[in-house]
Amino acid sequence: MSKEPIIRLEHVTKKFGTVTAVNDVSFETRRGELFALLGPNGAGKSTTIKMLTTLVKPTSGTLTLAGHNVTKAQDKARKSFGIVFQDPSVDGELTAYENMELHAVLYSLSRKTARPRIEALLRLVELWNRRDTPVKNFSGGMKRRLEIARGLLHHPHVLFLDEPTLGLDTQTRNLLWDYVQKMRREENMTVFFTTHYLEEAEANADRIGIIDHGELIALGSTKELTKQTKTTNLEQAYLALTGKTVRDEEVGPHEAWRARQRARTMR
Amino acid sequence: MNVIYILWLRQVKRFFRAKSRIVGAVGQPLLFLLALGYGLGAVYQRAGQGNYLEFLVPGIMAQTVLFSAMFYGAMIMFDKQFGFLKETLVAPVSRLRIMLGGALGGATTAVIQGMLVFFISLVIGFRPQNWLAVLTTLVILSLLAISIACFSSGIGSFVEDMQGFQAINQFLVFPLYFLSGALYPLDHVPAWLRIVAEFNPMSYAVDAMRDTLIGQTHFGLAKDFIVLLVTTIVLMGFGAYRFRHIEA
Repeated sequence: MSKEPIIRLEHVTKKFGTVTAVNDVSFETRRGELFALLGPNGAGKSTTIKMLTTLVKPTSGTLTLAGHNVTKAQDKARKSFGIVFQDPSVDGELTAYENMELHAVLYSLSRKTARPRIEALLRLVELWNRRDTPVKNFSGGMKRRLEIARGLLHHPHVLFLDEPTLGLDTQTRNLLWDYVQKMRREENMTVFFTTHYLEEAEANADRIGIIDHGELIALGSTKELTKQTKTTNLEQAYLALTGKTVRDEEVGPHEAWRARQRARTMR
Repeated sequence: MNVIYILWLRQVKRFFRAKSRIVGAVGQPLLFLLALGYGLGAVYQRAGQGNYLEFLVPGIMAQTVLFSAMFYGAMIMFDKQFGFLKETLVAPVSRLRIMLGGALGGATTAVIQGMLVFFISLVIGFRPQNWLAVLTTLVILSLLAISIACFSSGIGSFVEDMQGFQAINQFLVFPLYFLSGALYPLDHVPAWLRIVAEFNPMSYAVDAMRDTLIGQTHFGLAKDFIVLLVTTIVLMGFGAYRFRHIEA
């Protein structure tokens, strides 16, 4: 792990109308680091990831990804990361292989370089035998594995994982972390993830940032955070920092919209 | 491989894999063709206008393309809902190419459906006046399909959900269709309707198709083509502009 910062936020603020989702947040992550961003619902985690991945623009402040300004050099920044979203983003009508192939074209990989890479990654996530199956027939865990393989396809410097293990069984969760750790070691990749499973953050993350009410309230390794709060594990440290009350505050406009969508799908 | 090509291919593959979509796409126009064609045929003939079924075929083909190209906007709604849109929006490609790839794919499937109606019409006895002119018909159908698919991408960019899209869709598409001369000749309609039809780009697509398929025209093929071309350019610009602001 080098000291060189690969993700850098400088005084980043994002407002949706009158709601401030992220308020003057600054921090860095180093190349090769596994970084966890934790926080209660509506704290600003997803908005931070959306800004880093060019999906929303910050109201003020600067975000840098692998040396590229995320708002000014969008395409260069986009090339440097892979992402696994909280909800599936694969095309169910296409096969696993076709989804990978489409991604390769979007990231302008030649067919010659893409083919062996697609095979290697689908083998890694144990989906090579199911490569010609339409993704709509996959289970939630299989889709997530496919998304991880897809996110890694174009050799990103940074892999963003937005609650990657939500709703998965323990076996699949362990498998996912094995794949991610393996690829991180092999390609010196930085992994930036959010999660509500604190034991996952404790087991995997080198450093942890805790965000609440849009502000970064703590940053450090599990050891540093427990020492700072005089607690014995990350979960206790987290609760000491963010309090024990359940958050029912208004969700951001994006989340509100997605909640409506989800409610509609279930109807 | 090119980004536009792969996104085009995605739409085409999805179309051929959804057998129900193909049946549905052809079923409705076929109903229009049979019910109106045979139902009003006798009245039309008695009024001295000739064969109504023959008159109707170009209109129904244009209708098919209009409805199914407009359906492409609904595909964008699905992509928003099922997350695939985000995959394209974080990719290092311009919004214009994403919009064009999808819209051209949607346009292609619309033209395929329009041509399916043409082949069904041949089965029930329709004959084009000139087989070579069918190629020109194909060009007209393609222009109509591209302009409507770009238009629906533009609409799909800022509408948030399927219900909203359907509401706008019905509000726009039915007037475009019913006030276009797809179902009746524009030569003897009241002045207000003629004026409305003259401002409706769909009228020119229908007229151009009728000219190339059965040799009847109201505006003249040259005017039809110019209006269609301008419409395509304007709607492509609209689609590209709106799509730049799309959010997943």
